[in-house]
Amino acid sequence: MSGGVDSAVAAARAHEAGHDVTGVHLALARNPQTYRTGARGCCTLEDSRDARRAADVIGIPFYVWDMADQFHENVVDDFVAEYAAGRTPNPCLRCNEKIKFAAVLDRAVALGFDAVVTGHHARLGADGLLRRSVDLPKDQSYVLAVLTRAQLDRSVFPLGDSTKARVREEAAERGLAVAEKPDSHDICFIADGDTKGFLERRLGSAPGDIVDSRTGEKLGTHGGAYAYTIGQRKGLDLRVPAPDGRPRYVLSITPKTNTVTVGSREELAVDTVTAAKVIWHGESTPVECEVQLRAHGEVVPATVTVAGDALTARLHEPARGVAAGQAIVAYRRDAGGDIVLGSATITAGVRSADLETARV
Amino acid sequence: MAYLDHAATTPMLEEALEAYASAARSVGNPSSLHAAGRSARRLVEESRERIAAALGARPSEVIFTSGGTESDNLATKGVFWAQRASSLNRTRVIASAVEHHAVLDAVDWLGKHEGAVADLLPVDQQGRVDPERLAERIARYRDEIAVISVQWANNEVGTVQPIHALARLAADAGIPFHTDAVQAVGQIPVDFAASGAAALTVTGHKLGGPVGVGALLLGRDVPCTPLLHGGGQERDVRSGTLDTAGVAAFAVAVESAVKGREDYAARVGELRDELVQRVRAAVPDAILNGDPADRLPGNAHFSFPGCEGDALLLLLDAQGVFCSTGSACSAGVAQPSHVLLAMGADDDRARSSLRFTLGHTSTIDDVDALLAALPGAVERARRATAWKTPR
Repeated sequence: MSGGVDSAVAAARAHEAGHDVTGVHLALARNPQTYRTGARGCCTLEDSRDARRAADVIGIPFYVWDMADQFHENVVDDFVAEYAAGRTPNPCLRCNEKIKFAAVLDRAVALGFDAVVTGHHARLGADGLLRRSVDLPKDQSYVLAVLTRAQLDRSVFPLGDSTKARVREEAAERGLAVAEKPDSHDICFIADGDTKGFLERRLGSAPGDIVDSRTGEKLGTHGGAYAYTIGQRKGLDLRVPAPDGRPRYVLSITPKTNTVTVGSREELAVDTVTAAKVIWHGESTPVECEVQLRAHGEVVPATVTVAGDALTARLHEPARGVAAGQAIVAYRRDAGGDIVLGSATITAGVRSADLETARV
Repeated sequence: MAYLDHAATTPMLEEALEAYASAARSVGNPSSLHAAGRSARRLVEESRERIAAALGARPSEVIFTSGGTESDNLATKGVFWAQRASSLNRTRVIASAVEHHAVLDAVDWLGKHEGAVADLLPVDQQGRVDPERLAERIARYRDEIAVISVQWANNEVGTVQPIHALARLAADAGIPFHTDAVQAVGQIPVDFAASGAAALTVTGHKLGGPVGVGALLLGRDVPCTPLLHGGGQERDVRSGTLDTAGVAAFAVAVESAVKGREDYAARVGELRDELVQRVRAAVPDAILNGDPADRLPGNAHFSFPGCEGDALLLLLDAQGVFCSTGSACSAGVAQPSHVLLAMGADDDRARSSLRFTLGHTSTIDDVDALLAALPGAVERARRATAWKTPR
């Protein structure tokens, strides 16, 4: 129970359904003061009190579990290391994979609990299939797709059939004071929301070149390649304008040479995505499906092939801003909510020869 | 349900509840001059006399406060300030390493903000302060010590301190000695005058009185700078309108607890011994912490190797058995007990501990309920420690 409205209502629903529910708030900060304060985050003392208050209203026991060490090791340090390696991590996904549905779940099962209930917006019904929430803008199946079958079997998402608006209404009806609490958006362990500053403090300054993809010409310098993300257009601060006067985008980050490569919007397009660390739920491949390449990103129709621990997606429409480190999640369209077929961690976005000649 | 957390707070005695309700029905500020005020004042002063009589103090030595934390703060900060005001050299504050946080954090604060030298006395493996250690400190720093504070009995592991010996050393050197007797009063004999202490903390809700009222017994010749300024109601050392009903109930509870102490200690001590014996039989590797003999009659404190105390707490809570890890929380996260660490326990042993405390409403049913739930809880908690291993 983060102290937010979703987990409070999820706990209330699970309790009402007759389960023996115990509320758990995760203490994730080694020093609670350093984390985000107020309603915007998920790890503060105030949030802990909000969660406790909600548990009291629901009428369930409540405990704070100290997961600060696991969180730092698996989420914060991983976040920094991924950026240092030129990739773009998703810490919420990592937290689900390593903390909420791993460290917490393991401890809970050992203590005699059957499952972890969370306030994620996703559906997980009797058929065992993970599906998008009915509230598509709030859908969180993308950051849950990393869960294995064994993890899903011990997960309960009571909110997937409800819109966020309905969840807020229900919280108010249940007398939960968190009903009006604003949504959290940013990364909970970056107190001021300044990811670049956070990485700078962790990784130090590492000046390098910004180069043109076609000519190799040095267009400018950067203070650390980790501050850039594939597809980024703003903040490049290039002194040399492009010959055609059109905007330039980050195409790739090469940690070895500490180089940020930029180019045109066309060059950003990829039509093949390769990925590793595959979680696949058994559908035989190649399979025609849709893939999502970042949180809240568009879906793209694709042919997905899984071979061992490698996944390849041939996109039927080019995609832009495909960053290594992000997840690719494959969905099958379904009237009862699009079904997660599997997910993997993107290793590269590739421009095939066709795309090169087509000049999208 | 089995309530095994009487050291946290114990139910009010029936006679204290009656005294409270009866006094609360009457209006009157004990500082007012009219008849209603005089009537309230009479009740307060009678209560003061009853408490003084029960604890071996003079009535004028009883300073009513809001409870243990305020009394501890007043005794450490107030006496420190007064001592330093009389002699700038007196900046050393000595406390045992196993004090309650109300003393420990006050001392720490004095060190950080008031230029005090915070000096913690070590304890042995049973949590006891060796008077020799204090004698050495006094011999070395005699003229620098502002105040010494050692609890009468430990709130976590129940070990009783050699208070008379410690207080005598301080008194002989002319240094004010404070003892936090919150856990001791009503459990073991406590006599303020005979102890030789300059100040003593007692609170209502640990002995059958209400929460929010307590006292500092403060020798008449012990200078103490107030924490709270205002009407000067309590000897000009403590201000604030006195809680007549609370004070009346507190006095009744102190009197009852002290009068009934011997019978209580015999009955509860026997129950506690049975609890200890049965826990040991059920969990053979459980370690009893604290002094095996010289401890509070209602206290049993164990480490359960391989378990986390807060996991055990959760599991026992789910079975209707209420106990405590005994240590302080920070943002709801259990910290390894500073008491056990001071006793030489390692981090794991400190985190694996659980405190069971019996009180005046305890029966054998509570012990039965604990033993019905404990073996399963220990087994599960042991499995749960595997979660700590990173994947």
